[in-house]
Amino acid sequence: MIELLSPTRCIGCDRCVDVCPTDVFDRVPGEVPVIARQGDCQTCFMCEAWCPVDALFVAPDRTPLPEPPAEDDVPLGSYRAALGWGHGRTPGARTAVGPPLRHEPGDPPGPPLV
Amino acid sequence: MTHADPLELRTDVLVAGGGPAGAWAALRAADAGADVVLVDKGWCGASGATAAAGTGVWYVEPDPAARETAMASREGLGGYLADRGWMTRVLDETYAGMNELADRARYPFPRDDAGREVRRGVQGPEYMRRMRTLVRRAGVRILDHSPLTELLTAADGTVAGAAGTRRQEGVDYRVRAGAVVLATGGCAFASGALGCDVDTGDGALAAVEVGAHLSGMEFSNAYAIAAAHGSVTKTAYYSYATFYRADGSVLEGAGSTRGRSVIARTLLTEPVLCRLDHAGPVEQAAMRRGQPNFFLPFDRAGIDPFHDLFPVTLIAEGTVRGTGGIALESPHCDTGVPGLYAAGDAASREYICGGFTGGGSHNAAWALSSGSWAGRAAAAHALAGPRPVPTAGAGTVGTGRTAARDVVAAVQAEVLPYDKNLMRHADRLRPALDRLDAVWDSVREGLDGGSWRVREAAAMTAVARWMYTAALAREESRGMHKREDRPGSDPAWQHRLEVGGLDAVWTRSAAAIGAAA
Repeated sequence: MIELLSPTRCIGCDRCVDVCPTDVFDRVPGEVPVIARQGDCQTCFMCEAWCPVDALFVAPDRTPLPEPPAEDDVPLGSYRAALGWGHGRTPGARTAVGPPLRHEPGDPPGPPLV
Repeated sequence: MTHADPLELRTDVLVAGGGPAGAWAALRAADAGADVVLVDKGWCGASGATAAAGTGVWYVEPDPAARETAMASREGLGGYLADRGWMTRVLDETYAGMNELADRARYPFPRDDAGREVRRGVQGPEYMRRMRTLVRRAGVRILDHSPLTELLTAADGTVAGAAGTRRQEGVDYRVRAGAVVLATGGCAFASGALGCDVDTGDGALAAVEVGAHLSGMEFSNAYAIAAAHGSVTKTAYYSYATFYRADGSVLEGAGSTRGRSVIARTLLTEPVLCRLDHAGPVEQAAMRRGQPNFFLPFDRAGIDPFHDLFPVTLIAEGTVRGTGGIALESPHCDTGVPGLYAAGDAASREYICGGFTGGGSHNAAWALSSGSWAGRAAAAHALAGPRPVPTAGAGTVGTGRTAARDVVAAVQAEVLPYDKNLMRHADRLRPALDRLDAVWDSVREGLDGGSWRVREAAAMTAVARWMYTAALAREESRGMHKREDRPGSDPAWQHRLEVGGLDAVWTRSAAAIGAAA
């Protein structure tokens, strides 16, 4: 779930307010946005991908952490970097070829089933 | 509750849903010369099952032998309920659409060793970011954070638009349209599957409220493997896994495909652990390139999935990766209700998958193809005649005292448990359906929680009832529908099963597949 919005990194563009599919953030006039409805977060990481300044951190857990982590303890921007999004980066899609899917014992021949 | 005057718009084609099916529908309708408005509950480009994930695409070169192999590969799995004509058209449309994604949207496909682009898969965030751009460049007006709450009809029952709410502005909207495409996604019952919490069956409910019906709703019990703490459902990579009991012994028979039921049965009483120990260094690197978000739950929890044992769970994906949905009358994706079209996961995918899919290639191909057809047909319909005048809203759920969130919890209690939905038995389905019928009664008395949340709760209740009604009616096992009390397939049941109705839910058998041949 979304755990962190860094007020020092955030430039107040409100992009996270726009892109979040479950409307977790709220705009605040004159201020950076706030995490208003953490319980609605579906842990899809899209806000992180779209944040232009890597100010957001989504913990992988589907339930909230007891305490938000400290900014220095989390890899801000790591998902955006892995996607190859951001100025000067090569889109990850350019090399996104997963492994051939393994046939498990008992699978029928042909393409994998999942 | 909103106080400002509603936003009133007029357009030729209204597309509800901004995932791949909705984006292709909007694009094709705009290309056909129609004025188009697209409304999305979330944000077109980030919303839905595709944007947050990565997916293979059923992209097959137009070589007869390759196409034959592709079509034959899953017919048995789907219980022989798919149709070669639909499959052929989907393969053609998908091939053209993915090539257009490369050329028109400049999608950065990877290249093989010979330098040729590999167009058999897309990264979700990149794909949907480019689809949003394409849609906008085509002149489509996008209303984000604007969930649909009901269809509008003309006096003769024709669909004449839709109403909803702009949830970030607190303003309702009414769009008068010559045709409506429902591309609102499937229903995953807010289970937490990656990107799927917006997929609550809203389109199915809206369609049935105006007289459409559904098909394949018994094939609606897909479950994906995920790390127990996480949301990322990438079952395909678990083909490299071995599954273990808590004591470290191998869980015999468990697997990512047919062995998923062993995992489910075990999870009822004890944890199941996992390690991707069949992946060597080459496969590990390919997984990281293929879908980087697969590793977020591991990297951020300090787990090395190739060396450490970690607990897994199965997350319900309902009709998102099942096949059931709004029944289609023809390859134009018309629903039988004039002016109403359906596409993507909102529509039944039985036509190409029968009773089984799972994630990935067929679903992506279906979204692109059915979206394209629905968009073109909706544009043609809207441009052919005068725009109907909306005289009524078709919504059937009012406001009342029962909390929408309580309804969602009550529905989840019936549809998420493995021993009700995945491992099916009439002795458990019947009481579950009775309880869901009672939940529907409370829905009909009105719900509290805001217009679009009320719709979500009502839609999940309705979808659950259609699902279990169909599951009880199909007295055999076929595709992903497995009845412990009716093991094995019955040749007499080799036909699709339609379901519909709101207060009184009905089923009827469709014509036998191949009967006309």
